Amino acid sequence: MLDVKAGDEQSFALLLHRYRSPLVNFLYRMVRNREQAEDLAQEVFLRVYRAREDYVPSAKFTTWLFRIATNLALNSVRDNRYQRMEISLDAPVTADAEEGDEKTLDVAEKHPNIERYLVEDVQRKMIRRAIEKLPEKQRAAVLLHKYQELDYGEISKILECSESALKSLLFRAYETLRVELAPLVAQRAKQ
Amino acid sequence: MSCGGMESKILGYVDGRLKEGERLEMEKHLSTCGVCQLRVNEFRSVHALLDELPMIEPSAAFDVRVRARVAAEPVKQSWWAWFAPSPRVVFAASMLLLGTVWIGSYSNPPQFDQDDIPVLENYDVISSFEPLTELSQAVPADDADQQSQDM
Repeated sequence: MLDVKAGDEQSFALLLHRYRSPLVNFLYRMVRNREQAEDLAQEVFLRVYRAREDYVPSAKFTTWLFRIATNLALNSVRDNRYQRMEISLDAPVTADAEEGDEKTLDVAEKHPNIERYLVEDVQRKMIRRAIEKLPEKQRAAVLLHKYQELDYGEISKILECSESALKSLLFRAYETLRVELAPLVAQRAKQ
Repeated sequence: MSCGGMESKILGYVDGRLKEGERLEMEKHLSTCGVCQLRVNEFRSVHALLDELPMIEPSAAFDVRVRARVAAEPVKQSWWAWFAPSPRVVFAASMLLLGTVWIGSYSNPPQFDQDDIPVLENYDVISSFEPLTELSQAVPADDADQQSQDM
């Protein structure tokens, strides 16, 4: 990032290459819409570029990056919630609509072991829905902890809370997931 | 360690982020508490289940869009750059200066000769001037003609 600050365009391309996938995945899991996740990720990179001259390496770059991303995602989730409330409360919600932009696959052709694939698909949907049901801040904490593997200090800076508050937040999130995913948890315990 | 102290340590234990001393303390408690041991196993299962979500790849156009947005950003100038003369401003200022000098050298402003200006030398006479109130008697027209023939 210091090279980007010094005006090295090549370094910005390296940052883009290194962080685009983690960012898009984090944002996708936060907002559950691929296009929106990519738009938000673009906005994150643009803000990084705009702020390059004022960047002070007081914290890790990833902390700063995911702080921008988390704030954008939380705002977007809140905006979406209000939009959805405004659109219609009567609109029927289908299972496909809840899955967002998951593409339909010709399952039988691509997966010879169709039964196993369907079971795993159901499991994935359950996990996704369980994560979606978490309150936004808990969701962000779980995603940063589990998928970005950031340490507690970094996550607490991103979410602007103390480390003990973060540990409590994560504990409550995992408790909720444990309850939501109880059938899968029990199944796994038997194996 | 008591079961109440588990809340802040259980996740760190599950994902292996506890310090050595804390980990040993945790294991000591788990060896005597079946409830906490069950909870640890369940948290481990949740942790492993979360691994089953597949990653998505950013679309092929993602980098292109980011670069296009970055390229469209206005170039940031420092505050003192405002004072730096631009060629257009320098040219305009030079032309204005030249024009002013040229107009100044060829135009003739009205000249007044001091001798042409009447001077009121005796102010008292002017100031005491009064309009005529009595005029001499008008001469009748016939008398005037006779007087002219006599002459």
